Amino acid sequence: MPAPGMGNLFEQEPFPQAAHRELGNTQMRKNLRHATHTIRDKRLRVVGELPDWEQLRDAGSAIKNSSMINLEERLLEFEKNFTARGGVVHWARDADEANKIVTDLIKETGSTEVVKVKSMATQEIGLNEHLETQGIEAFETDLAELIVQLGHDKPSHILVPAIHKNRTEVRDIFLKEMPVVDPDLTDEPARLAEAARKHLRKKFLAAKVAISGANFALADTGTLGVVESEGNGRMCLTLPETLITVMGIEKVLPKWEDIEVFMQLLPRSSTGERMNPYTSLWTGVSEDDGPQNVHIVLLDNGRSRVLADKFGRSALNCIRCSACMNVCPVYERTGGHAYGSTYPGPIGAILSPLMTGIEAEDNGSLPYASSLCGACYEACPVKINIPEILVHLRGDDVDANRGKRKIPTQMDLLMKGGSWALGKGKNIGLLEKALPLGRLAAGKSKKIKKLPGIAAGWTQSRDIPAPPNKSFRDWWSDEKESK
Amino acid sequence: MRIALFATCIVDAMYPETAKSTVKILERLGHEVIFPKAQACCGQMHMNSGYMPEALPVVENHINAFDTDDYDVAVAPSGSCVASVKHQHPYLAERLGKPELKERAVAVGKRTYELSQLLVDVLGITDAAKQLGSYFPETITYHPSCHGMRSLQLGDRQLDLLKTVGGITVNELPEADQCCGFGGTFSIKNADVSSAMLEDKVKNICSTGASACSGGDASCLMHIGGGLSRTGAKPKTLHLADILASTMEETVKL
Amino acid sequence: MSAKEEILGRIRSALADAPAAEDIPREYRTSSEMSEEQLIEMLVDRLVDYKAGVDVIDAAQIPALVAAKLGQASSVVYPHGLDTGWLSALPQGIARRIDEPGARLSVAELDETSAVVTSSAVSIAESGTIILDGEPDQGRRAISLVPDHHVCIVPVSTIVQLLPEAMPRLTVTRPLTWISGPSATSDIELERVEGVHGPRVLDVLLVRGL
Repeated sequence: MPAPGMGNLFEQEPFPQAAHRELGNTQMRKNLRHATHTIRDKRLRVVGELPDWEQLRDAGSAIKNSSMINLEERLLEFEKNFTARGGVVHWARDADEANKIVTDLIKETGSTEVVKVKSMATQEIGLNEHLETQGIEAFETDLAELIVQLGHDKPSHILVPAIHKNRTEVRDIFLKEMPVVDPDLTDEPARLAEAARKHLRKKFLAAKVAISGANFALADTGTLGVVESEGNGRMCLTLPETLITVMGIEKVLPKWEDIEVFMQLLPRSSTGERMNPYTSLWTGVSEDDGPQNVHIVLLDNGRSRVLADKFGRSALNCIRCSACMNVCPVYERTGGHAYGSTYPGPIGAILSPLMTGIEAEDNGSLPYASSLCGACYEACPVKINIPEILVHLRGDDVDANRGKRKIPTQMDLLMKGGSWALGKGKNIGLLEKALPLGRLAAGKSKKIKKLPGIAAGWTQSRDIPAPPNKSFRDWWSDEKESK
Repeated sequence: MRIALFATCIVDAMYPETAKSTVKILERLGHEVIFPKAQACCGQMHMNSGYMPEALPVVENHINAFDTDDYDVAVAPSGSCVASVKHQHPYLAERLGKPELKERAVAVGKRTYELSQLLVDVLGITDAAKQLGSYFPETITYHPSCHGMRSLQLGDRQLDLLKTVGGITVNELPEADQCCGFGGTFSIKNADVSSAMLEDKVKNICSTGASACSGGDASCLMHIGGGLSRTGAKPKTLHLADILASTMEETVKL
Repeated sequence: MSAKEEILGRIRSALADAPAAEDIPREYRTSSEMSEEQLIEMLVDRLVDYKAGVDVIDAAQIPALVAAKLGQASSVVYPHGLDTGWLSALPQGIARRIDEPGARLSVAELDETSAVVTSSAVSIAESGTIILDGEPDQGRRAISLVPDHHVCIVPVSTIVQLLPEAMPRLTVTRPLTWISGPSATSDIELERVEGVHGPRVLDVLLVRGL
């Protein structure tokens, strides 16, 4: 069931199907393996440096929980303080409404061009595509977003949207798509960064309107913050006359002091750095410094729905660091495109269906896109128990489909049968009497190599050993109890 | 101590030797082992597949079987089943609105230990050769299963026990902390991704030159063993309990 | 119903049966015992790791060091509250441009300026972070952004070890810029390379006795 107006939060096809296709892209898999393994080592090194890492995680998690529990109060407090300092607050129920607000604000300035700082929220609502239909050109200024935009591609990672491309592929995109580019451009990352600098310099200096996201909003002061590396954020936040920020309502933190926790957790978890090169904080309008026409759009777009799920609520604690996808064995092999939504990887597999509802399009297949290994939970700086929420959402998916199907699936039958068989010691004992039959079926090789139906998924790459002649239960009765 | 064995369904039906090994180790230490026969399964397959109401009879059965005063602690030769008992049972009870069941689930969870947890934390085993008489003259490698490593925070307990077995050589497994790709019905529902993960695990195991890969979870070992067998690779899989139970007199054969 | 009312209403009903918020455990480090020398050593280590230029000097050496760092520059901008004595040894050939209230430099002018000299508010040794807060000796945000070379004075008395120690020294409602090295990106294969849109050269002068 599609939910209109929510933007890019949907898996377009069942995850296993998308994954099957992506797994066949050997270049992408090589690029991702290289990048994720590089970042894993870096993250572990800088996290290991802090003796109080676990205490920071505990604080970060609790601050977020408390902020979510008092969200209405925090948002009103933020609105009051941001407004008092000359900013204008707008509220958007969903993606469509947010797009309209932003478009109207841009049109008021008379500008037909905007520069953008990388922002998940605007990616989520599909702002660029919407602006295009309104005759407004949006220029992405983050290097990876630029690569994606120039390559007519889709982001595949929340921090490094072009993670699926290697340096040579990036160079080829630049050579093909940049209007002015050195034909001898090499694939050295430093040369590529320089090419991006030259490409965007004039845009920055001439821009009248900038669009940003925000990493956090501070309720008690009305302050917004953007965490970045390249200086494109500073350019957008400082030079234009008008600044429009689109931010999810869950990004609000209670107090200014709280960023002392998140600015330790975030950079180390995301790029594996002790600190990112640049962080900007602004509170409404600063006289004589930076944009004088400052707006924020507070976006719901399904977040209040997440809040209503007591088992899934903590997914809103996410600070978009991407540590979970960097350590995920599934993400490493399928890449981000397989998840359909703006939010890929483990956090996306819970966040997308929580925001849209489990029945929307193919989002019901996302919670199964995990072996539940728990690497994501271990890496999460705000301790979101992703595996537990995945399992919870699988329950919602099964419940949602219950009774809808006229004929039960093989899985339904397996689970129903299993419920009987494993629901009593004597039932499993009864079934175990048939073990010798399985042994017979395995034959001389003592292996079962091919099974029918859904179990064929297992035997596509694994044998099953011949079962024993006697279960432990029977052995216990015979050997232990009879003596 | 009177110790209740939670054999787990997969060990009961497919790997009875591993349950016998667990009994042997504990009896060797002078403890009494009981096997509550009402037990069947932790229900993890149902819950991990999203079949919550179907999981309820399974979980209730487990709680009924183990919510007794008949034993001091319960032990299972499986990290994931113990993690399910400790974490998933209370969740299921809460989800299905059964507060009393949740309370009992938490109580059972508190008394349930994974084998290495029991051996190291409760029974004080630090040297398997000396204290258990363990002897296994083979070169092995070790895969730390995800639920033991992360949900139960077992750390190096299993590996340290293996390293102290007489005659053994333990070769380090590259990328040991990476999931083997099993994940219960994940291996069926997302068979392609699961197979891709398994492929890397098999390669890493083969690179160690070990003749066996050990671990603490029969289900992961069945998955890994199935992959090794399919590719015709030499190494076998063998549960931690089987290696600890192996002695000079009765040496387990690969 | 307005969007605001509707969203707040949704939040209210979503949280109808939520438990009260838990207490926030703040067991992380909030104070440190490092000596001045240890702080300097740690900050230098971090900044060098970020590929910033770093010199540890006495106050009297500032003019000479600033002049040395700006040897290649053709022009330099400085905020109106900067101690102009720091620029006293600059060669005659380098044009000096002051950015002051009522006489702000345009973006185009800043783009034609090769370097900027500012002071700083507080620095965090553990993460190698220098914070500018827009005081008159640091100026508007644009002046430390557009020129390609930033020479930044860090008084040793403003260095702390930990981020939580820096917080009480800052006024959050001022526009803040936290700088940890020259501009950089990790967007290609997650490897950090320096030099994108912000100043590509960052020279830090850690000044004792200031």
